[in-house]
Amino acid sequence: MPTPNRRRIATALLGLAVAAATGSSASAQKKYDTGASDTEIKIGNIVPYSGPASAYGVVGKAMAAVFRKVNDEGGINGRKINFISYDDAYSPPKAVEQARKLVESDEVLLLFGTLGTASNTAIQKYLNAKKVPQLFVATGATKWNDPKTFPWTMGWLPSYQSESRIYAKYLLKEKPAAKVAVLYQNDDMGKDYLKGLEDGFASDPARIVGKESYEVAEPTIDSHVVRLKSANPDVIIFFTTPKFGAQAIKKLGEMSWKPVTIVSNVSASTATVMRPAGLDNAQGVISAAYAKDASDPQWKDDAGMKAFDELLAKYMPDTNRVDSSAMTGYNMATTMVEVLRRCGDDLTRANVMKQAASLKQFAQGGLLPGVTLSTGPSDFQPIEQLQLMQFKGERWQLFGDVISAEIVGN
Amino acid sequence: MSAAEEVVTEAPAVEAVPKRAMTLGYGTSLAVLAALILIPLFVKNFIIFQMTMLLIYGLAVLALNILTGGSGQFSLGQSAFYAVGAYTSAILMEHAGMNYALTLPIAGLICFGFGFLFGQPALRLSGVYLALATFALATAMPQLLKLGYFEHWTGGVQGLVVTKPDAPFGLPMGQDMWLYYFTLAVSIAIYVASVNLLRSRSGRAFMAIRDNEIAASAMGVDVALYKTLAFGVSAGITGVAGGLGAIAVQFVAPDGYTITLAISLFLGMVVGGVGWLPGSIVGSAFIIFVPNIAESISKGLSGAVFGVLLFLVIFLVPHGARQVAIVAQQLIAKLKKN
Repeated sequence: MPTPNRRRIATALLGLAVAAATGSSASAQKKYDTGASDTEIKIGNIVPYSGPASAYGVVGKAMAAVFRKVNDEGGINGRKINFISYDDAYSPPKAVEQARKLVESDEVLLLFGTLGTASNTAIQKYLNAKKVPQLFVATGATKWNDPKTFPWTMGWLPSYQSESRIYAKYLLKEKPAAKVAVLYQNDDMGKDYLKGLEDGFASDPARIVGKESYEVAEPTIDSHVVRLKSANPDVIIFFTTPKFGAQAIKKLGEMSWKPVTIVSNVSASTATVMRPAGLDNAQGVISAAYAKDASDPQWKDDAGMKAFDELLAKYMPDTNRVDSSAMTGYNMATTMVEVLRRCGDDLTRANVMKQAASLKQFAQGGLLPGVTLSTGPSDFQPIEQLQLMQFKGERWQLFGDVISAEIVGN
Repeated sequence: MSAAEEVVTEAPAVEAVPKRAMTLGYGTSLAVLAALILIPLFVKNFIIFQMTMLLIYGLAVLALNILTGGSGQFSLGQSAFYAVGAYTSAILMEHAGMNYALTLPIAGLICFGFGFLFGQPALRLSGVYLALATFALATAMPQLLKLGYFEHWTGGVQGLVVTKPDAPFGLPMGQDMWLYYFTLAVSIAIYVASVNLLRSRSGRAFMAIRDNEIAASAMGVDVALYKTLAFGVSAGITGVAGGLGAIAVQFVAPDGYTITLAISLFLGMVVGGVGWLPGSIVGSAFIIFVPNIAESISKGLSGAVFGVLLFLVIFLVPHGARQVAIVAQQLIAKLKKN
């Protein structure tokens, strides 16, 4: 495994550099907050293992696998990770109970990778009041990047707004005269996506000629697609969840209408969207990605993908490797391990936040080449780059460069 | 239980509970009260929070107990009333800047009205059909809360964050402890009121309807009025519990009030003993702590473990905590004799 080794050496060098820069007196001293000691670092986590969103339970299992592997290899700076993961069944009141249990009873150093927008909103105020890091939350909402109000909360996933800004960027460049129509789900996700797109087209808002929203409860969205066609756009964008994404793409095929079609990353699954929509209808559809797709044969010999597969084989053999949740959990835990490694012997909550907020173009094996994590004191949004991809044949093909949606001064 | 109860002749859905058997003796009541008052002084804030939730869910189970155990009507829609109460409190606190304590009676009144109105069409339904109608209410509620028309007040999918109150008059206690004692005071008031309600003329009317509707109306009980009244009272208490829940959790969102909550409350009632009010808190403990126990046994199979535990309880003590209490009482009586 050449990459992890090289990374470890690089980290060690970085550690030395930091030590040299800050003076040896500070770094030689061991400093601990609740949840950290000479032998152990306690990390809390909340994921829905049961209930309506239990499919996301794989995220928590993949995280646990990464930490087990790290422990088997000697831990982080000699300390084992004690990963305490609880079930909230996707219910905010339960999430509050579990978060309080983790902080007050288990006495963890930090909460990591808590999943779900509602659950995270429910515990955000409490954790910030207690000054406990709420690191790398597993939700795509944009609101986690608010270091002024919530200095102890940090996101991880590229936000929905970043993603749709990237589509706007692409369209401005490649189809400068095209008129755009949008179909979005009427909830926080759909609205976040729409806002990003509108921000991206801020210079020329008249480009968006049609906007339609649908409710999750609607059985079909065919009528919305037909109505959007009447605005006569050149580009149609679907900010939908998988079921509706498949319906929309299929409807385009039935109408024999072939505008430039974009679907959100949420609805880009080959298995649950593209195949049900019909592979013929799905040809040429555009979307964006930030992580490697385990079902994509082009990563077969990739070192990062091999490390991922080795982990799955050894620590969670009964997991479906093409389930993208496994890759998400793996990637997030990898970032967490890196941040703790950089903390060295100063395992205070303040230092954890400081280290998490000083990632500079950090690359990971599970992310697309060129997609890196960058944070700063006023930037709590680690991933802001995606690469566009187009559906050809039976799978997605990446094209173009990695595009950044970072907006300076935002 | 006596053999007479097991005789099946068009058995009523809910078995008759004599009204004296609905409460605990004075001595036991005082012991439980003392425990509830003293324990928080010695435990961590997290445990205090869990005890607060215990009381809050206990109130919601109690409300269902009045409806089902008292008047014999089923409801799988308590989560809807709980949600209305929670949102009423949250909206009044966050948008109108009202004091948290004042929002509770308003939440209770609004839910009482809501429950009373819902009780009108429900009159035509009984047994499983009523259960289904209320089930529909529970499934509809989270989506209603997400509707765009109300979004300005409800915060839509994002929900509302609620500020936790500090202890008043400079009392030397933390937010959690203050909220606990506040909830305890509200709970005791509602418990005492409920016991008195069931012992009163109205309570007797409820029970007459539960035992035999035709006989009750022949005796001059206004069946329609008392059935809707039972719905209203139950919804009102659930609304107060919802309001307290919103303050304790500091957050309301549609996802928190799904059908799962309604089923949990129903479960709590059955485990605590249908028609036995003190059992409400036992049922509440079951729905809060048993999922945690199940999770500690197996994370991947927590649902299955919970199912097995529930099955054991229903199999071994089909009448819930009431049965355990009665057995314990008999044992103590025997010991005293010897």
